[in-house]
Amino acid sequence: MMKRVMLGNEAIARGAFEAGCSVAAAYPGTPSTEILQNLSKYPEVYSEWSVNEKVAAEVAIGASMAGVRSMAAMKHFGMNVASDAVFPSVYIGATGGLVYICADDPGMNSSGTEADSRHFAPHMKMPMLEPADSQECKDFTKLAFELSEQFDTPFMVRTTTRINHGSGVVTMEDRQEVPVKPYQRDIMKNTNIPALARNKHKAVEERLVRLRAYSNTTELNREEMFSTDIGVICNGISYQYAKEVFGENASYLKIGFSYPMPDEKIRSFAAKVKKVYVLEELDPFMEDYVRQLGIECTGKEVLPLYLEYSADIIRKAFGLPTITSAYHLDTEAPVRPASFCAGCPHRGIYHEISKYNGKIVAAGDIGCYALNINPPFSVTHTQICMGASITAGHGFERAERKADRGLKIFSFIGDSTFFHSGITGLVNAVYNGAKMSVFILDNSTTGMTGHQDNPVTGVTLMKDVTTAVDIRTLVIGCGVKPENIRTVDPYDLKATAAVVKEAYEATELFVVIVKQPCALLKQVIAARKGKHCKVNADKCRSCKVCITKTACPALMISDGKVSIAQEDCNGCTICQQICPFDAIEKVEG
Amino acid sequence: MTEIKAIAIVGVGGQGTVLTSDILIEGLVDLGYDVKKTEQHGLSQRGGSVNCLLKYGEKVYAPLIANGEADIVVAFEKIEAIRWLRLLKKDGTMIINNHEILPIPVKMGKAAYPHDAIEQVSSVVEHTYAINASAEAEKLGTIRVASIILLGALVKLAGLEHYDWPSLIRKKVPAKFVEANLKAYELGLKSVN
Repeated sequence: MMKRVMLGNEAIARGAFEAGCSVAAAYPGTPSTEILQNLSKYPEVYSEWSVNEKVAAEVAIGASMAGVRSMAAMKHFGMNVASDAVFPSVYIGATGGLVYICADDPGMNSSGTEADSRHFAPHMKMPMLEPADSQECKDFTKLAFELSEQFDTPFMVRTTTRINHGSGVVTMEDRQEVPVKPYQRDIMKNTNIPALARNKHKAVEERLVRLRAYSNTTELNREEMFSTDIGVICNGISYQYAKEVFGENASYLKIGFSYPMPDEKIRSFAAKVKKVYVLEELDPFMEDYVRQLGIECTGKEVLPLYLEYSADIIRKAFGLPTITSAYHLDTEAPVRPASFCAGCPHRGIYHEISKYNGKIVAAGDIGCYALNINPPFSVTHTQICMGASITAGHGFERAERKADRGLKIFSFIGDSTFFHSGITGLVNAVYNGAKMSVFILDNSTTGMTGHQDNPVTGVTLMKDVTTAVDIRTLVIGCGVKPENIRTVDPYDLKATAAVVKEAYEATELFVVIVKQPCALLKQVIAARKGKHCKVNADKCRSCKVCITKTACPALMISDGKVSIAQEDCNGCTICQQICPFDAIEKVEG
Repeated sequence: MTEIKAIAIVGVGGQGTVLTSDILIEGLVDLGYDVKKTEQHGLSQRGGSVNCLLKYGEKVYAPLIANGEADIVVAFEKIEAIRWLRLLKKDGTMIINNHEILPIPVKMGKAAYPHDAIEQVSSVVEHTYAINASAEAEKLGTIRVASIILLGALVKLAGLEHYDWPSLIRKKVPAKFVEANLKAYELGLKSVN
């Protein structure tokens, strides 16, 4: 059998492939993005970028009803969005195996909250598996499809960033094609109309009893017996840290099937060891259950409830000797805050917007453009969740009418985020007479997660050419008056300044489509090849305004002299337009 | 083979730390080791400081490297060597690319850049190897192959040169850059003689 090193996300995709999964959907979100990216390489599986996670879950549910194995993948915020669909799917069950992958982000590497999505499992009454490395990512995902059909329920596979973005050796197997299940209209099963669904809750509870019995027998929950002085109950990456820290000085109950929890296995394990430790990142999900069983244990009173764990954190918590740094320098390396890339189109719009700082409230959203929060732009006031720039901006504007502080509300949302959750907010703003200005930053890609296609690009995840959705037409369709819509190129600062002024002075709902593709897109790099800016040393007075106003990474400084890194610069000319001494020139190669 | 080795590859987003570590672990698996690696995706790629942490040996649990645990730290940029110095174990090896990428706050005049980073690190770490990887890479036609020069140095200092790395590199890099990358690998091997 072939062995390969795989990212956890690649292994999840491989597991779905091997299990015979036929339909898969997701919206990109770190740390789950690479699951669908990898799955789309297998032509046997239909894979799509859905416009949001609720849509992705519904696509998977529909495919399961039709009788094929299907999957939806998301990060923890995505499960919040998808939950409206995922809850009823648990009552409906799974004709074709139905699996949801949910990736949490302890340590908040790329997320604004550190939610523990395991709580969704008891809330939804949905069984849950937790892999601890890449091999288990593949094996557990594969098994989840089988169990889903066996127990007629969707399964959740819950991971964390270190699992999704960790790599390890994976043994591959062949794909098993699963025959499509027969379909017939079955409203008892496939609808949740109250009169019909009432009996289903009881069935769901009875199913949980059967699932707990499975949890008590499956090898996914396994004992590893060594010294019985300490017994460690652990899951996911915490299992790896536990093994590294305690080695053979402890025994382990590794929990891979974490909802319903295996009560009998826990009781029997606890009876064999002198004391019980529970190791899990974030909330005391397992620990609370162990205590409910009346078993004394040590967990969150010594271990943190926040951020990710490490072997070192566990050593410290249990008073074990830690390794310390061997070398130290007093010099600190200056930080590298994430910033707009060289040639980034967001630089132009936020440069012009920043001139209104103090007079506006900038309601932000989720995407690369959020980096405007740093100097020299310092624009954003609020950021909540996907789509909230428009809706919370509308709420702020309503309150501002009462407060009357003379603040204008500007909302900022990217193209992909607009499709994800912005459209409903814009319709709401039209319907309720909002008077703010909305900037839709169309860089023709989903940028922050690494260039995924979306409805604006006209290309699908499987690289099929499709209808590109036109944002201006869509905005008109939402009800915004055509005379209140502008489209502007943010590389043209004069035109951008004029449109921002109009947006500031507008007395009705006003929409600006800021259109220029991401500078890092392959086709943009190819199209702009040879376009650069360079500094005319005779004219440059080293005032450094180009650097302090743009913070462009292509601008270099050495011995007080400014130059432009030709390999990074794409000739966007924003620095040229800002230079007060006309010392930057455009070069066409 | 029971001993676990820990290697940290650190640098600035866009320098090729992920590709380099991908090549390294594929070779290590081929050599029969258990390997685990962890790295960052998403936000941290936008010009931020990045790290790929990997461990190999007979049986590896978690790839995270604690302070004082790394056998080798490879810094693709000078000050990243200072930033990640804490990971290096006593008598460990530090490989530093003699290359500067100024952070935005430095360019804006809000922070100082320690240009003597290599001297500072080598004053405390006996086994420090400074390599002009970026400058040599530019001579080969593209600064991007600096990562493979550093891989060559790493392979040599980790005692892994008995493996056929050139064949693996040939497989992993874009076709039009194969020759430059193979030359880069040879340069890297020789750079730490």
